[in-house]
Amino acid sequence: MILVERLIVHAGSFRLENISFQVPEGGYAVLMGKTGCGKTTLLEAIAGLKAISHGRIVLDGSDVTRLKPAERNVGLVPQDAALFTTMSVRDHLAFALMIRKVPRAVIRRRVAELAEMLEIGHLLDRYPAGLSGGETQRVALGRALSFRPATLLLDEPLSALDDQTRDQMMGLLKRVQAETKVTTLHVTHNRREASRLANLLLELVDGRVEMSRSGSPVDARPTPAERQETRSH
Amino acid sequence: MGAIGATYVLLILFMLLADAAYMVTGETRHTISPEWTQDHPVLAKVVNSPIVAAMAKQEIRYSIVLSLISCTMTALLSLVVAIPVGYLLSRHRFFGRNLLDAILDIPIVLPPLVVGLSLLILFRYFPAAIREAVVYEIPAVILAQFAVACAFAVRTMRATFDQIDARREQVALTLGCSRVQAFGLVVLPESMRGVLTAGTLAWARALGEFGPLLIFAGATRNKTEVLSTTVFLELSIGNLEAAVAVSLIMVAAAVFVLIVARLWGTRSLTL
Repeated sequence: MILVERLIVHAGSFRLENISFQVPEGGYAVLMGKTGCGKTTLLEAIAGLKAISHGRIVLDGSDVTRLKPAERNVGLVPQDAALFTTMSVRDHLAFALMIRKVPRAVIRRRVAELAEMLEIGHLLDRYPAGLSGGETQRVALGRALSFRPATLLLDEPLSALDDQTRDQMMGLLKRVQAETKVTTLHVTHNRREASRLANLLLELVDGRVEMSRSGSPVDARPTPAERQETRSH
Repeated sequence: MGAIGATYVLLILFMLLADAAYMVTGETRHTISPEWTQDHPVLAKVVNSPIVAAMAKQEIRYSIVLSLISCTMTALLSLVVAIPVGYLLSRHRFFGRNLLDAILDIPIVLPPLVVGLSLLILFRYFPAAIREAVVYEIPAVILAQFAVACAFAVRTMRATFDQIDARREQVALTLGCSRVQAFGLVVLPESMRGVLTAGTLAWARALGEFGPLLIFAGATRNKTEVLSTTVFLELSIGNLEAAVAVSLIMVAAAVFVLIVARLWGTRSLTL
């Protein structure tokens, strides 16, 4: 569950005022809004990377407002993936577990499991410089999920991808979320992404979050037209 | 435009070429019998070359060794300071940041002689025991080199960290890292090329340092004499050949450092 209550963030010239919303346990919320309206700032505030002026953030039942990013149990996939250039794909998937001093054998099993789920087994010894856009995003997703976080934050993860790769990634995101049941907040300005992935649609307008479509959760099942589209690829 | 550029490039190359040519055509001192020289003209050129003659002098060998040691110490010390300071300046906004930034530029813009004199004056306020252990002794050599070289290393490290996306550290923090871990495991490995560049730059600066050394460490043979001092001392006793020979040794060292920095360092930051 993600619960944000009366959140106020001052970030340079603009501010987020009195933001409140809730994403239920295991839900997939898509947050829409124009470029520069503060979507990334909101994600950063939830992840603990941006200081907030006021408000409360509750993740997975515990108040994390005063906790450090490391203590929030949040997986973050930033817009440009921000992979670590000196690490192999395998190192990326193992990194969070290594920090937690998880035994090597367990890490090896987890890396294999993630590689299979994200279909990146053949990339494990490669470095970020040699990866395509879609591969990069899969690795970033794997890195964010490696330590089984309760919350997953995605910042326009598909914006840099071509249409075909984007469709594949949407399928993957859906499947991964169904498998892991991780509560997801996905930021985008792409309506198609939103309608295909979201079971809760949020919109950030003038520094406020509104539940769009009269606040009712969007049906997560693909529409017949969408199913047609998926098949055509 | 092209002509102006070409003139400058030629000036640089001809300067070095002239040094080298002087070594070959300058008058040779026959250290070995003239007969042997006539029998082995090529070998004789090498044996009688001023560089070999210079290397034969014990004072010059001492100054080479002291230069290598002091420059390396300076480069390492500069990195120890430049890495944290560069990171602080690159990542954090705090009160007095611009002032700190400006202060760190002082050694770059200050006339070198003034740096040396200021160090000398500063140590007048130290207890006699410390002053005697430092001033006109080897520590003064390193301190004088460090005072200037470190400022360049700080600039380079700051530019290096500026080029590394802060987003990566943020991701590392969400993955469970403390700030120190995020720096040590993510940022530092990514900045290794910059570290190498900063280190070689500091090393090269230290090698060329002269003014502050002369004032703060003196130019005592077999004590505080480094290569740049040697050039000065040899010139002052009219031994032009030895001065040029030692200069060529420094050119070789500088070229070596340039190649290292170009090959492994960050291209956009080099020297």
